[in-house]
Amino acid sequence: MKTLKYLLQKELRQIFRNKSIVAIILAVPIVQLLILPLAADYEVKNINLSIVDHDHSSYSEKLISKITASGYFKLTGYNASFTEALKLIEADKADLILEVPRGFERNLIRENQQKIFIAVNAINGTKANLGGSYLITIIRDFNGEIRLQLVSPSKLNTIPTIEITSSNWFNPLMNYKFFMVPGILAILLTMIAGYLSALNIVKEKEIGTIEQINVTPIKKHLFILGKLIPFWALGLIVFTLGLTVSWLVYGIVPLGSMGLLYGFVAVYLFAVLGFGLLISTYCDTQQQAMFIAFFFMMIFILMSGLFTSIDSMPGWAKMIAKLNPVTYMIDVMRMIVLKGSGFDDIKYHLLKVILFAIVLNCWAVFNYKKTS
Amino acid sequence: MKQFLTFVKKEFTHVFRDRKTLLILFGLPIVQIMIFGFALTNEVKNAHIVVVDYAKDIGTQQIISKIEASEYFEIEKIVMSRNEIEAAFRTGKIKMAVVFPENFYHDLMHQNKAPLQIITDASDPNTANTLTNYVTSIITDYQIEQNKFALQPYQIIPEIRMLYNPQLKGVHNFVPGVMALVLMLVCVMMTAISIVKEKETGTMEILLVSPFKPLLVIISKAVPYLILSLVNVVTILLLSVFVLELPINGSVLLLFAETTLFIVTCLSIGLLISVRTDSQQTAMLISLMGMLLPTILLSGFMFPIENMPLALQIISNIVPAKWYYIIVKSIMIKGVGFSAIWKETIILFGMTLFFLVVSMKNFKIRLA
Repeated sequence: MKTLKYLLQKELRQIFRNKSIVAIILAVPIVQLLILPLAADYEVKNINLSIVDHDHSSYSEKLISKITASGYFKLTGYNASFTEALKLIEADKADLILEVPRGFERNLIRENQQKIFIAVNAINGTKANLGGSYLITIIRDFNGEIRLQLVSPSKLNTIPTIEITSSNWFNPLMNYKFFMVPGILAILLTMIAGYLSALNIVKEKEIGTIEQINVTPIKKHLFILGKLIPFWALGLIVFTLGLTVSWLVYGIVPLGSMGLLYGFVAVYLFAVLGFGLLISTYCDTQQQAMFIAFFFMMIFILMSGLFTSIDSMPGWAKMIAKLNPVTYMIDVMRMIVLKGSGFDDIKYHLLKVILFAIVLNCWAVFNYKKTS
Repeated sequence: MKQFLTFVKKEFTHVFRDRKTLLILFGLPIVQIMIFGFALTNEVKNAHIVVVDYAKDIGTQQIISKIEASEYFEIEKIVMSRNEIEAAFRTGKIKMAVVFPENFYHDLMHQNKAPLQIITDASDPNTANTLTNYVTSIITDYQIEQNKFALQPYQIIPEIRMLYNPQLKGVHNFVPGVMALVLMLVCVMMTAISIVKEKETGTMEILLVSPFKPLLVIISKAVPYLILSLVNVVTILLLSVFVLELPINGSVLLLFAETTLFIVTCLSIGLLISVRTDSQQTAMLISLMGMLLPTILLSGFMFPIENMPLALQIISNIVPAKWYYIIVKSIMIKGVGFSAIWKETIILFGMTLFFLVVSMKNFKIRLA
């Protein structure tokens, strides 16, 4: 016990001596939490629309003013021909082209049917998809309005309709930031804890101080524990800072129990730190450790369901996602913070993360050799 | 010149000795292409939902079998109360509940209208939105089928054409993004660290007292990373052409010229970081947090820049990867020539010059 105390003293002193590292550890999460959710906003707005109106009728004008009034689209201008509008798309100034053919109004009334053309710059898949479907919804609404004007109402009433009401629980205003902020907090925690611990032992290896520790009677597991505990405490501080920022800036207060949240984070940190230390024991230089840590972090983060749902992944990818501790952390963060889930709801997640923590740390202790 | 080549050879030996890093260096682009190409989709598929059917009549059965037939949903039919639905949301087992009230079909036929309730777990708003849209369109289809003979006058038929990317594949976006990311990683981070490492381990002093020009010491450090990143670009392009079947529409030569320019930009940033820092850890954290994250966030490859608040849109202009991303996208996908991207090229060139000048100014021959 006394040995551990001295080890902790040494580690803490080493961490706090490097002022720039301490500043980065504390400042980065705050800055990232302020910027990331603003950037990672998948709500699609301000779609640039270019209009080619060959008809210039009262209907085409009504339709255009309805589209601009919807708030989703930004009109980049009227073009005389489709080729002219296409140039705007090539220059990335427009995302969508709406082409109203000549005789739009006349044909619609006389022939009961009229086509309208939409061209989408589909390189940005999400935007193209959503922009196109917004436009179609608006055209459909417009169509309904015209129909109401032209047809006597009694005829329309005879068609049976299903009235769909939808309610969105836990986030009625569909605020995308509520979804992202807890996830980003989990990622920041993972990155800081993972990188710092990955670089730690290897640094002693590279500058040679590990030899001095190896010749002392300090036990292997005590040495590893001495490395773990300071970062574990640091991780909890970063997490608290992050929660405070998300409360102050985004007004996100965890619905569930704080004790449960911290309990889970505490266990999770051990798993991540264990992973970092494991990398550290396998590497010889900091450059190597950093690179390997980056490689795995990237896979973990991309496959964690932060941005895209795990259910939509193919089978092999789902397997990787299941072997990824970050998946469970993000899931639990969202469950406790947004939905107020209790212990019963997250107990399997907790069990798996405990398993990760035990396996990774034992592996790290086992792989750390005092004799070279 | 002979001296220079000897130094480059030394650096290559350094790089090739470190097998683990080398493995990851070449593995990284492959893994990224695989993950982005096959694992991540913005589509929502196989979402677990619950159908609560109080009516159990012909109408609900027809609609449910339609929902069942789509690949978007994995459905479960149980009768649940509101509280039970909420509990199921809390465990994260389901994403949506569709509730049919009693006498659904009867009401539909006799009163000409029937209510239907969709409840979503909106803690993930985009998935919730998409699922609601899917169900709504399935039900609209059902109604159109039912009312085939009813009057549908004055119909506007929108015809959609998807330019450049008819299947709406995400590949088009991320291949240029992965290229920018990998180049950034290799050139900025690896270069910065390998120079700072010499400082930290004290070998820099030995190099500086040698008769070899100090500046050339630094340049010879950059050469292996320049070559490695070109190899990486070739790997990514080969993978995207042969595995993802994404052709290069524009000139390959132009693409490589622009890529080389971007690599030099990255190397000059790496140089700047390395002359300003003393420890590998600091260099790493700066290149990671200061360069890599902005590249992922603000280059437009994962998140559309137009959606961001104005301040971030302005900041995104100083991220070199944004300009490179625009250039690669234009050449690879739209197949445009140099005349369409000369502006971006000049900006990138200006940035490179700026970073080079600043790092030269800061470069000290004497160590403290």
